[in-house]
Amino acid sequence: MSAEGHDHAHDHEHEHHHKETFITKYIFSIDHKMIAKQYLITGIIMGIIGIVMSLLFRMQLAWPEESFKIFNILLGDKFAPDGVMANDVYLALVTIHGTIMVFFVLTAGLSGTFSNLLIPLQIGARDMASGFMNMISYWLFFLSAVVMIISLFVESGPASAGWTIYPPLSALPQAIPGSGTGMTLWLVSMAIFIASSLMGSLNYIVTVINLRTKGMSMTRLPLTIWTFFVTAIIGVLSFPVLLSAALLLIFDRSFGTSFFLSDIYIAGEVLHYQGGSPVLFEHLFWFLGHPEVYIVILPAMGLVSEIMATNSRKPIFGYRAMIMSVLAIAFLSTIVWGHHMFISGMNPFLGSVFTFTTLLIAIPSAVKAFNWITTLWKGNLQMNPAMLFSIGMVSTFITGGLTGIILGDSTLDINVHDTYFVIAHFHLVMGISALYGMFAGIYHWFPKMYGRMLNKNLGYVHFWVTAVCAYGVFFPMHFIGLAGLPRRYYTNTNFPLFDDLQNVNVLITTFALVGGAFQLVFLYNFFSSIFYGKKAEQNPWRSTTLEWTTPVEHIHGNWPGEIPEVHRWAYDYSNPEHEEDFVPQTVPMKPGESVLHH
Amino acid sequence: MTSLLVIIVLVLLAIALWQLTKIFDLTQVGASSDNSQVANDKDNNLQGYLMFGFLAFLYVFTIYGLLKWGNLPLHTPASAHGGQVDNLMNITWVLIFIVQAVTQVLLYWFAFKYKGKKDQKALYFADNNKLEAIWSIIPAVVLAGLILYGLYAWTNIMFIDEDEDTVVVEVYAQQFKWTARIAGEDNVLGKANVRYIEGVNTLGVDLSDPNAQDDIVVSELHIPKGKKIHFKFRSQDVLHSAYMPHFRAQMNCVPGMVTEFAFTPIYTTSEYRELPEMVEKVAHINELRAKRSTELIAKGESGLDPYTFDYLLLCNKICGASHYNMQMKIVVDTPEDYKKWLAQQTTLVNEVKASLEQPAEGESAAPAEAKENDTVAAATVAMK
Repeated sequence: MSAEGHDHAHDHEHEHHHKETFITKYIFSIDHKMIAKQYLITGIIMGIIGIVMSLLFRMQLAWPEESFKIFNILLGDKFAPDGVMANDVYLALVTIHGTIMVFFVLTAGLSGTFSNLLIPLQIGARDMASGFMNMISYWLFFLSAVVMIISLFVESGPASAGWTIYPPLSALPQAIPGSGTGMTLWLVSMAIFIASSLMGSLNYIVTVINLRTKGMSMTRLPLTIWTFFVTAIIGVLSFPVLLSAALLLIFDRSFGTSFFLSDIYIAGEVLHYQGGSPVLFEHLFWFLGHPEVYIVILPAMGLVSEIMATNSRKPIFGYRAMIMSVLAIAFLSTIVWGHHMFISGMNPFLGSVFTFTTLLIAIPSAVKAFNWITTLWKGNLQMNPAMLFSIGMVSTFITGGLTGIILGDSTLDINVHDTYFVIAHFHLVMGISALYGMFAGIYHWFPKMYGRMLNKNLGYVHFWVTAVCAYGVFFPMHFIGLAGLPRRYYTNTNFPLFDDLQNVNVLITTFALVGGAFQLVFLYNFFSSIFYGKKAEQNPWRSTTLEWTTPVEHIHGNWPGEIPEVHRWAYDYSNPEHEEDFVPQTVPMKPGESVLHH
Repeated sequence: MTSLLVIIVLVLLAIALWQLTKIFDLTQVGASSDNSQVANDKDNNLQGYLMFGFLAFLYVFTIYGLLKWGNLPLHTPASAHGGQVDNLMNITWVLIFIVQAVTQVLLYWFAFKYKGKKDQKALYFADNNKLEAIWSIIPAVVLAGLILYGLYAWTNIMFIDEDEDTVVVEVYAQQFKWTARIAGEDNVLGKANVRYIEGVNTLGVDLSDPNAQDDIVVSELHIPKGKKIHFKFRSQDVLHSAYMPHFRAQMNCVPGMVTEFAFTPIYTTSEYRELPEMVEKVAHINELRAKRSTELIAKGESGLDPYTFDYLLLCNKICGASHYNMQMKIVVDTPEDYKKWLAQQTTLVNEVKASLEQPAEGESAAPAEAKENDTVAAATVAMK
């Protein structure tokens, strides 16, 4: 199988002599490296929008119904008259923040960037299996982002039914204004997004299976590729289900069907819907929705594994166990969606089944966490910013993951379901962890993307402030969640019961504002280093993997000559049989050298 | 204005920091030729210590949180099954704290201890089946215990025994209001559908159903202590979730279907108010409210009333713009007080009759009498 990569080399031999125009090079590029950069920049822009939204609604929560000029400036006279945020606008901000962060930043921005950049480079391929489809995939993503942004500007406001868009709220404009045109655009945007994601995923799968270079067996692949590969598979299996849910919802909204609606009396009249069930929608949604959190976190895990090994100057501990746990997590992730629905009204027996499967996920997760920690043990840790973010990722993944034992247990979920406890849990375990993974990836592969280095001191400042603020924001949320404070409340002032939580809310928002502001350090570092950063060496982190054997200046086809052949696994760091503390995968085995993993 | 100030301050802070790092960079240029932007021994050392510092931060912050906010979470459960839930919760918390404490120490301690040095070589340690078996099997065993306990409790709580003697209550959700319907004398709720909604009959009860004749609709729900309450939930428009945190109870209200939950209250409202934790909590809240009140009055606005505790039913599923203000008071009475309260309520049938008869005055005496008989009878049945 892997020999095919070799033939491929000849097909592309002459391609980099083609003259490229500005448009084919920077806009409609079919080069995976350029597409990766396009994904990244689009993801960063969407990320800025998503984070600013969260800061706005955090300000509303800390100082409810107070007037802020910034609200009026950013939201306009209609949504924030006199600088006071309207209550349905709060819900709109929450909804779009969730949608943008989950899909546009942590799915497309993270997976799209690094799968595109690293799959061909690390397996030794000239490009993706279909460069053209790859280009279409990016531009569909771009289009879906544009549609989502346009939805912010429609008269009745953007979708406001929560990122989970449960009908009937999302189906009936009478129920909330955002369920009018805003929701239609949301659904259109997601349909385009899913098409983009499927094209990307199919490409990744085919590329990993078919285009590995000579000697690159599956058990020599870096863990990054394994996670991208498995992520693409769960994406292909679960995204179409969300598409079907979205299409059925479009039918209910526009063509009068009753898939999800039944017996509804609203605004003084009985609607015609009969026989549908919102619970069906919840099943369809979470059949994607839960694998989705693994689509988000698995690539981050892969990046962190790779970066930790490189910077510890040690092999990743338990390479095979890491692969097995990724596969186990991927498999289990498709049979646990019901833990979002313990109290949805479904049969409690199903709740028992889903509790069982859900808590099983803790086992492969624990294996991963312990393997990362052991990778650090007796290492020679190079504290590059990417390494700091990787260590931070393991930390938040553990902290956030542990509370999953509470939420995944149906009995305990009864009382913490949909409270701030859930917010604390998933932000730490998939939000912050995946963001850390993404930052780690950016700091580590920036030299590969732009041929320049990011400033390390700015990186350090970025990490430490973010690390303190992330815990500062989400750790206190556990307490207010356990106090019974529901999520998605515009203000808690109508419940004197929650008055003693207000100080905590102020503290959380303060941390959020400081943490948010310090992302500017990263943005400055990122954009200025593209142009003025220090020129990178070919292999600045002294890494073993194939991407660092390509020239610093990007060329179409990646390697100027033959594609290198692979002779060993990806983690030969500090191998006692070698002088150097890293042995690139391209170095042939010495006669009599012991083989650890093929 | 203050917000603008805050933002300006933050931006200035960021700029100051960036300038500082610039200066730091510049001073480095002369000192050494290392401008590779790759961590050197000095960085490794400093960052290693910071890792250790962060571990201290995590611990201090956790302990601070437990001391400062430890009294915020819900305390004493007010329902019979709540003890089981809280017990499982406490066991889980102990496990979580142990694992969290150990793993975070290892992670940051290793990050500090093994910070890189130029002539140091890492240990080539790629695999150890024994270790990996240990940290697969231990979590598996612990989780098996948690799963078994959890499923046992879940089955106890969620499967409602149909033969058991319960008080049947319907909780009805609509944007942005809760209403309750008590099943009355026969303890069976009359059939209902949104298509029957008309005038006073806002819950769409089928008034021709014999079971509906004694149903009572109320906007403040009273339930008797010590008796299992069988809740049936309906919604007329969008998803809502009936969340009764003090009873450790929650269930979604789904248009087009009836969902259920049952629990036995074990403290009356006044008993729960007198629990020491609650007295303390309410006193603290009132302190905060008094402070806020004086601030408001100084601004010329009206002050806040002092707070007394009441059980609440909150909406906990996003349901529209006023989702944040959808609540109903629940009062747990002693069985005697409950009987008295029930006796004062009017059945829905009579309410509907009254509303139809309203134009023709002078006929109100007879239904009122009938109502009283009905409800007293209902109370006796419900309490037996």
